[in-house]
Amino acid sequence: MENIAEEVLKGNRLALAKAITAIENEYDNATEIMQKLYPHTGHAYVLGVTGPPGAGKSTLTDKLAKEYRRQGKTVGIIAIDPSSPFSGGAILGDRIRMNSLTLDPGVFIRSMGTRGSLGGLSHKTADAVKVMDAFGMDVIFVETVGVGQSEVDIVKAADTTMVVLIPGMGDDIQAIKAGILEIGDIFTINKADHDGADKLATELNMMLDLDGVIKDWRPPIMKTIANQNIGIKEVVETFGKHHKHIEENGQLTVRRTERTKNEMLDLLDSRIGQYIRSKVVDTGKLDELVAVIKAHETDPYTEANKIVHDLLK
Amino acid sequence: MDKIKVLVAKPGLDGHDRGAKVVARALRDAGFEVVYTGLRQTPEQIAEAAVQEDVDVVAMSILSGAHPHLFPAVVNLVREKGLKDALIIGGGVIPESDIPALKEAGIAEVFTPGTPTGKVVDFIKAHVKK
Repeated sequence: MENIAEEVLKGNRLALAKAITAIENEYDNATEIMQKLYPHTGHAYVLGVTGPPGAGKSTLTDKLAKEYRRQGKTVGIIAIDPSSPFSGGAILGDRIRMNSLTLDPGVFIRSMGTRGSLGGLSHKTADAVKVMDAFGMDVIFVETVGVGQSEVDIVKAADTTMVVLIPGMGDDIQAIKAGILEIGDIFTINKADHDGADKLATELNMMLDLDGVIKDWRPPIMKTIANQNIGIKEVVETFGKHHKHIEENGQLTVRRTERTKNEMLDLLDSRIGQYIRSKVVDTGKLDELVAVIKAHETDPYTEANKIVHDLLK
Repeated sequence: MDKIKVLVAKPGLDGHDRGAKVVARALRDAGFEVVYTGLRQTPEQIAEAAVQEDVDVVAMSILSGAHPHLFPAVVNLVREKGLKDALIIGGGVIPESDIPALKEAGIAEVFTPGTPTGKVVDFIKAHVKK
């Protein structure tokens, strides 16, 4: 397809799909597409949905998306599932919970494998968000892989982050550990009809009580039964409240500035890395160096400094 | 990093998807990214999911006997929506005598019960347009 970026801006769904593929697979036209789309980004509100496997993130996202559709908003969904570290393959199964959204012209769902990224997203998630943003989606959900305790990249990608938990996953020591429990702007206890939901809410509240600094936003603890559509409206309202709150106190600007800074640094790292690799690996110089380093004639630190000094001056 | 992306889909009203899951797993182990959409999908849903995911391959499975109607319907919708090059294959409980007509309708290959999963993987690798 020619003129992918122009077609995305015209609202062509196939072009939107092709643009994300180009970015994900690092095709030659990927940078050009992003350059053309970037001026049209910054309008969508990005919602992060994270939590352990089986918590109901996809089902919840499906129901929340429908609530936004009832309000007339268009919705993009990026659903990430893990790639196998052995074969590189992946089963991307989040769509199973979202089939009734497939034919809605105001919704676009894209599944992505993590492809080696360990933070709960894929390396190209942020760019895929931008493509959906430029396409004109009002709200974009980013659903992470099922996370354990430390996959927290979502906070860097989302404006508001929701951590989805379910009852029965451990005692209250789990609640004071670091990691995903520190990143929630909103906590949602899904499957709230199961035993232990109230206990979990109490434990989360106690954890929040221990926060030393007095914050102007205490993450609310919501309860949902997503597959019965219970508690959904309330979560959407809470997203709205948090959006308004961080818009008014300037946090939204801070978060987005931080994101731009991180993305710029990531891009620089990757461009410089590619450049150095093209000069060192592709020319065979690396193999020569490895031989002398292994013979202890020199050391990797000296050689790395030398290469950087020579190539980047 | 160019990965082969496959949509595994179950059109129609089959009650179980054991076979589709076995194939999905084999494709994953072959290094493909496999989008699975679950049971009871309409041809419209399958074609639209194929577009949104921009897959290279649509692999359908049917047990109920509705393949003469549903397989060609998916082919037409996928092509109409602009995925001109996607490889479309089918499998399931399909009588030999039905296969020529399905191929005529644009199904590149039909895999019947007993096919080793490796054969499906090899066929995709040999025929996918990347």
